[in-house]
Amino acid sequence: MAPVQVRGEVLGRRRAGAYHLLEIAAPGVADSARPGQFVAVTVGGPASNMLLRRALAIYRSTPVGAYSGTVTVVVAVHGRGTEWLAGLRQGDQLDVVGPLGTPFRLPPTPAGCVLVGGGYGSAALFGLADALAARDCRIDFVLGAGTADRLFGELEAKRAAASVTVTTDDGSAGAAGLVTDALPEVLDRTGALWVYACGPMPMLRAVGTIAASRGLPCQVAVEESMACGVGVCMSCVLPVVGDDGVTRMVRSCVDGPVFRADQVRWADVGTVPPDALGAPVGGRA
Amino acid sequence: MSIVDRPVDKPVPRAAPVDLSTALGPLQLPNPVLTASGCAAAGRELAPFFDPAELGAVTTKSVQLLPRSGRATPRMAETASGMLNSIGLQGPGIEAFCEHDLPWLAERGARAVVSIAGSTVDEYAELAGRLRGAAGVAAVEVNISCPNVEDRGQVFACDPDAAARVVAAVRRESSPLVPVLAKLSPDVTDIVAIARSCVAAGADGLSLVNTLLGLVIDPDTQRPALAGRTGGLSGPAIRPVAVRCVWQVHAALPAVPIVGMGGIMTGLDALQFVLAGASAVAVGTAIFHDPKAPVRILAELRDALTARGFRRLADAVGYAHRAPDAPDEHRPRPAADRRPVHRLLSVD
Repeated sequence: MAPVQVRGEVLGRRRAGAYHLLEIAAPGVADSARPGQFVAVTVGGPASNMLLRRALAIYRSTPVGAYSGTVTVVVAVHGRGTEWLAGLRQGDQLDVVGPLGTPFRLPPTPAGCVLVGGGYGSAALFGLADALAARDCRIDFVLGAGTADRLFGELEAKRAAASVTVTTDDGSAGAAGLVTDALPEVLDRTGALWVYACGPMPMLRAVGTIAASRGLPCQVAVEESMACGVGVCMSCVLPVVGDDGVTRMVRSCVDGPVFRADQVRWADVGTVPPDALGAPVGGRA
Repeated sequence: MSIVDRPVDKPVPRAAPVDLSTALGPLQLPNPVLTASGCAAAGRELAPFFDPAELGAVTTKSVQLLPRSGRATPRMAETASGMLNSIGLQGPGIEAFCEHDLPWLAERGARAVVSIAGSTVDEYAELAGRLRGAAGVAAVEVNISCPNVEDRGQVFACDPDAAARVVAAVRRESSPLVPVLAKLSPDVTDIVAIARSCVAAGADGLSLVNTLLGLVIDPDTQRPALAGRTGGLSGPAIRPVAVRCVWQVHAALPAVPIVGMGGIMTGLDALQFVLAGASAVAVGTAIFHDPKAPVRILAELRDALTARGFRRLADAVGYAHRAPDAPDEHRPRPAADRRPVHRLLSVD
């Protein structure tokens, strides 16, 4: 479905650990939103000197109800723009474009799925969990973060999944360590056939490596810095191998954010690999 | 005519729609609002937000002979009322562009101003030749001013002779029916000299301006924020610079059509460029903020012209250059004058 641009109205905001949950009435956005997609919102109000949109993964979308469609997003404060978002109150307005990007692909038949979330990246996985549950898939979550307050959605994961494994870097919740320390055991225990992940790039890379070593398909939702979110600015590119074997600098906003982990050139993210289509000859751009 | 002078027994005529049509050399456009190169891809991504045929034209992202990957990331940094970018002209190459992008625009009745970029005069000439006869090419814009090239010496728009050589080659290879626009850089000491040189070389019009070269340093990494180090600054932060360039060039070359651009966010911003001498305007960075910006700005410009009593866009082009003692015929009409008829009739 094509994205729409609407004037959104904040229905509520609440804290969730280190993050802020923002529920926005955005008619038309929620109707066609699918798991993995995101919205791009303006920040700073009508007189803002911040021009670029902030891309936010859709945590929950509710197509029906009194407000004819709401989306809920998770805001992590990184700078002035996200700080403004975290200060919004009920009734405040912001411009919303969405749903944007590619959704997660679902198993064609019921299959065990492990969902791996890092920090607030797990927000993108709860709509996915619902869609998988509707297809009678067994779901197991692995959630990780630096510290306990940066975990997102542990209780909700427990409601949705057969098991939830938690790790934190400092051991303040769950086991001390990384999600990738826990993932092999979860895959062994559950016999899952599909792996999904959303979180920081190094985590996505490591999850993809583990899945690949077991021959399991793995889809990841990447978080790249975006300016427009709709595919025109070319800011959010990363090197991805196509089905034809050719590496291209593709846009994570329209060609992603969901990619097959085995098609992302993880080691080359942030660079243009010399064998990418149209790469500079002799290092010249 | 003041309110009390108006005969009360005659209905107040509704303002006739403003004639927004404009001309860039031989090219007639239904309205003066374009997208700016590099800010609308080739139009397709913006189709969910507006019909590309509604605009005067869609200026496509600069295309080169071969596919280009562009630069490493980070490619973009937000700045106060603007942004710095170093994309590096990522694009599909002229062959794929002519096969996929141009037909898409043509099928929708959109007019394409095709921006071309090369490293040598011959590359520009070959690009122009490849576009000759292609359906849907309303104009060719020669991007001789992209700051995101490895060697700043390659920025043809910084040297009058180099700029002229490129423009002459493109003019020679292009259809005589298709205007050639030279897109100039504001990063020069004397933009009028570059403009004169391009016009003498055969440019039918000028696109003013490209981004300004800038640099952002990340205080955490203590290194340039962009992988390409320097980048092009765009957005409202550069608008006064762009309006100044349009003003200077129009003053020197009043007969040369100008496409004005640089931080246009609203219809009143667009009007500034028109008053300074632009026959058309292009909306760029605003699209990243508001994907509907081009059509919104078109409507706002129409309203702004109407409110000032301009019947034709052409009458407003360069209007700010009139003599200091010339009469002010186009002050925005007072609110009372725009009230509905029944309110006017009750005044006296």
